[in-house]
Amino acid sequence: MPRKVVKKIKAKVKAENGGQGKYFLQLFVTGILPNSARAVANSKAFCERYLKDRYELEIIDIYQQPALALNEEIIAVPLLIKKFPLPEVRLTGDLSNIETVLKELQLN
Amino acid sequence: MAKAQSKRSNVKFPKSMTGIQGLDVITNGGIPKNRPTLLLGNTGCGKTILAMEFLVHGIEMFNEPAVFLSFEEKTEELELNVRSLGFDLDKHLAENKIYLEHVNINQDIIKETGMYDLEGLFVRLGHAVKKVKARRVVLDSLDTLFFSFNPQMLRLEFKRLISWLKEKKLTAIITGEIGNTLFTRHGVEEYVADCVIILDNRVINQITTRRLRIVKYRGSIHGNNEYPFLIDEKGITVLPIISDVLLQRSSSKRISSGIEQLDVMLDNKGFYVGSSILISGTAGTGKTSIAATFAYSVCKSKKRCLFCAFEEAPHQVIRNMRSIGISLEPLMKSGLLNFYYARPTLQNLELHFISIKKMIKELKPSVVILDPITNLMTEGPNSDIRSMLTRFVDYLKIEQITVLFTAAITVGSIERNPSDEGISSMVDTWMMVQDIEVDTERTRSLCIMKSRGMLHSTLVKKFLISSKGITLSRIVIKQNGTLTDFKRNAKEHQNLSTSNGSKDLVESARD
Repeated sequence: MPRKVVKKIKAKVKAENGGQGKYFLQLFVTGILPNSARAVANSKAFCERYLKDRYELEIIDIYQQPALALNEEIIAVPLLIKKFPLPEVRLTGDLSNIETVLKELQLN
Repeated sequence: MAKAQSKRSNVKFPKSMTGIQGLDVITNGGIPKNRPTLLLGNTGCGKTILAMEFLVHGIEMFNEPAVFLSFEEKTEELELNVRSLGFDLDKHLAENKIYLEHVNINQDIIKETGMYDLEGLFVRLGHAVKKVKARRVVLDSLDTLFFSFNPQMLRLEFKRLISWLKEKKLTAIITGEIGNTLFTRHGVEEYVADCVIILDNRVINQITTRRLRIVKYRGSIHGNNEYPFLIDEKGITVLPIISDVLLQRSSSKRISSGIEQLDVMLDNKGFYVGSSILISGTAGTGKTSIAATFAYSVCKSKKRCLFCAFEEAPHQVIRNMRSIGISLEPLMKSGLLNFYYARPTLQNLELHFISIKKMIKELKPSVVILDPITNLMTEGPNSDIRSMLTRFVDYLKIEQITVLFTAAITVGSIERNPSDEGISSMVDTWMMVQDIEVDTERTRSLCIMKSRGMLHSTLVKKFLISSKGITLSRIVIKQNGTLTDFKRNAKEHQNLSTSNGSKDLVESARD
């Protein structure tokens, strides 16, 4: 079921943007543990700064939806997944190292 | 003394039975309950199978649901492994008793952007545990994690995992590679602390032996030795070296040797039930024939017999025995007579014993025959063999199984053959068959070297194998007869041997 949701969102994003430009990101966190709390703040700040108006950020708490952790093969948390544009990129950590994030998302 | 100790520690330290043959014996009742146990070993040591057996037995024997988290094998591969051990996995899956999950780590290279932890793994584990209400958990193997993540973070997380498992009161097995990986190099096992088991796979003389050792078991006594273990189609068997001699009962019941005249020599009654009997002799003296006659007589009295042949294939034994009037085939068909046949070099002696023991457990025979034991002796140093054989004989005695083994010896080396010496001290009845040359003819002779707890004949008997079976007859010699006298009387014997010698035997029951 969650996979379907993801697909739906993907399709939605694609439709809205004509398949171009807009980033769809998912951030998997575990409640308000320090790493997760930092990741939430960092991701929001990052998106506002580098992807303003061309992103959608979904924050998922796997404490609330443990089944999603299995579907996405999550072990390390926090985890940011760039679902779109393809290819999919997975970033582990609290996103405090902005340079790595920029490099991996090819935004530099 | 050992018993009293274990009782005391059992009170302090709750244990969880693994259900694996032998392992529960050497751990005095299983691995620590509600705590994690570390299972270390190189690739191909049997870690996964042992862990899996622990879970399946937990479900089948103790109704404890289980979670298996695999970092290496895919779920389908795991399922196949469990099925190959003959467990009814589908039933357990359907009843929601077991949950298998593959944790895919190599999905992509980990790109670190800052601090992180393994909370995702905890969430998944917690989710899985909740799903089946698990009491037992296996994580196989954590090494994979260490290849992918930052070791420092992992050590902290590992520590957290251990306390998490303890907090949730889960009996867990965590497997890991030994030695050259980060897992053990970073001293992770310190955190587990309660119980560490190491598996090992060693090749000596081209024969592989798997061994198991309990390195650490906090708060409990345990066997310190390395114990050989075996993996076959029925799973793992560990051979404990501990055998409680006090458990041995000494029966005063008797069992016929199958040769009338031999029974007469043995106090008119035959062997003791549950005793050990050795027949030693040079090649071609009829050791196997005596053994087969015994087997035949046992089966004829509707008791089971296990014939372990290390020299000849069962069919050959059957054919050869037919020539002396013993037809074993119908007995085999009726299931009373069973053969264990294996080349001695196929595996280590200990493993032969494990296999034989498994058969004994299944068949519950009243007699076991090992023919010949000396063939097994080519493997490994003699002291090992002696102790292994002693343990095996002890085991059979506890089970009240009569064991007969034959030993081939070279001419004139009876006293000098160290292995034979070792055996003869552990057997209750020792018979020797020898060739005596009479002019141009070889004559077989039989004598009882010793027989504990009974009056037995001290005479050397002429031992004749004909198409009607084995007969013993008296050797007639002059008053202070020597071998030369014996030779001189050769003609006389030949005449005598054809007549029935039973009358001559009566006087032989003398200590």
